[in-house]
Amino acid sequence: MIRTALIAFTTTVAVTAIAQIAPGERRSGAEFMSPSTQAMQKDDTSNPGMLAALEGETLWNAPAGNEGKSCASCHGPADKSMKGVAARYPAIHQSTSMPVDLQGRINLCRSDNQKASPLRFESRELLALTTYVALQSRGMPVSPPDDARLDPFRNQGETLWRQRFGQLNFSCAQCHDDNWGKRLGSAPIPQAHPNGYPIYRLEWQGMGSLQRRLRNCMAGVRAEPFGFGSDEFIALELYLMSRAAGMPMETPGVRP
Amino acid sequence: MARALINIPAKAAKGQIIEIKTLVSHPMETGFRPDNQGKLIPRDIINRFECEIDGERIFAADLYPAMSANPFLTFTLLAERSGEVTFRWKDDRGEITEEKRKLVVE
Amino acid sequence: MNGLFGIPTRREFLALGAGAAAALAASPSNATPEAMEKAIREYTGGISPMPGRVKIDIPVLLESGSAVPTTVTCESPMTAADHVKEIAIFNERNPLPNVAIFHFSSKSGRAFAATRIRLGDSQKVVAIARMSDGSLYTDAIEVVVTLPACSEDFG
Repeated sequence: MIRTALIAFTTTVAVTAIAQIAPGERRSGAEFMSPSTQAMQKDDTSNPGMLAALEGETLWNAPAGNEGKSCASCHGPADKSMKGVAARYPAIHQSTSMPVDLQGRINLCRSDNQKASPLRFESRELLALTTYVALQSRGMPVSPPDDARLDPFRNQGETLWRQRFGQLNFSCAQCHDDNWGKRLGSAPIPQAHPNGYPIYRLEWQGMGSLQRRLRNCMAGVRAEPFGFGSDEFIALELYLMSRAAGMPMETPGVRP
Repeated sequence: MARALINIPAKAAKGQIIEIKTLVSHPMETGFRPDNQGKLIPRDIINRFECEIDGERIFAADLYPAMSANPFLTFTLLAERSGEVTFRWKDDRGEITEEKRKLVVE
Repeated sequence: MNGLFGIPTRREFLALGAGAAAALAASPSNATPEAMEKAIREYTGGISPMPGRVKIDIPVLLESGSAVPTTVTCESPMTAADHVKEIAIFNERNPLPNVAIFHFSSKSGRAFAATRIRLGDSQKVVAIARMSDGSLYTDAIEVVVTLPACSEDFG
């Protein structure tokens, strides 16, 4: 059914990726959702992502690793120390001069400072901590660092964004820059902004990272998805955050 | 350990009907879903929810696998007197999650 | 291959080859309108509920069957002598016909409950209210469930 829709889509829509979305035209993924799903996200007792944030708060204060330190031991209350942090990531990690995303930064903190084993990608704990940290930036504008060392990685991300992938031979830009607001099957095509992650996706019936969502998209165009934590995903995250600069953070987002 | 979010006003006027929202963390495994090896994952759901004020029943629910993961329940309470409101969720493994909130009725 | 209840969705079925037929045959069979009627008969003790008083609400536009916002209400004075004891919800196409039974008392103030339910496909959902005098009322709603794009099980 969806495959048929995709084929119809390729033949009826001009598929040359050119323009970026004008700043005034940018819309959060939440605006493409039904009123009931929007209501689910807006009310903190209704938004299941808040359960992950609640677990993240417990983990923030729980000692871990050989140092016996919790996140709070160094950073204190997250509502002060983590305010605005998620809105800036990915950022350059000073000791390696390489970009790292928020999940990666949490795991570096575990291995370097807590002497704890890194948390597995998409594990309940890593998603919970990331959600709790990102919640402290809710309502703040996406603010990519003005750091020239990030430019080559952002450029790599934009190249990947415009590159065709998979058996269906689609780029990200063809759907999300050129055809947002149209429908793919019964679902509206959003603009693919990263400002609500980690999200509670109804289809997953659980939380997931931006990388998990990107993997779903790649599977959708019948491409072999990049690996969790890969350089490609960090580059794409960097590009997506620069593309969404100024939009308010809304973690934890709810999406269909 | 399941975790719960509860939205109940701290104060209510006598005779007021207040709305209470609850959200609890639980996979609500249906028992109809295969794992990666094709073997059915055993059913594990919250099958019962109860809400009481000082031991007196306000609202209860029997739940089946058709309830969404992380069950969300909203219901009402007639505020007659101050008391302690207890929220209790029980799952198939017998695990009980209990939360309490004070309600002041003026 | 894990539609909402581990049953292949139509889309997955189309995407699967002939080898999938065996897997499909091994999947649990969905409830049927007959199974729902049977579950309702057990609940009502064979008495036909009357239309009216109880109301079930589900939004017309649904993006996923995994969390369908569902509200039930029933008109009643909700006094100790005259109140709604229960509202039960049934469906006709999930693996099981039962969804939930809500129990009320005069302390509830209103016969009202809102929740989120799973619906494996477009189907009819039925609510039945049981009053303190034993009388029964019913309401039903036809629900259309659509599927999300670029889903996990697509690849």
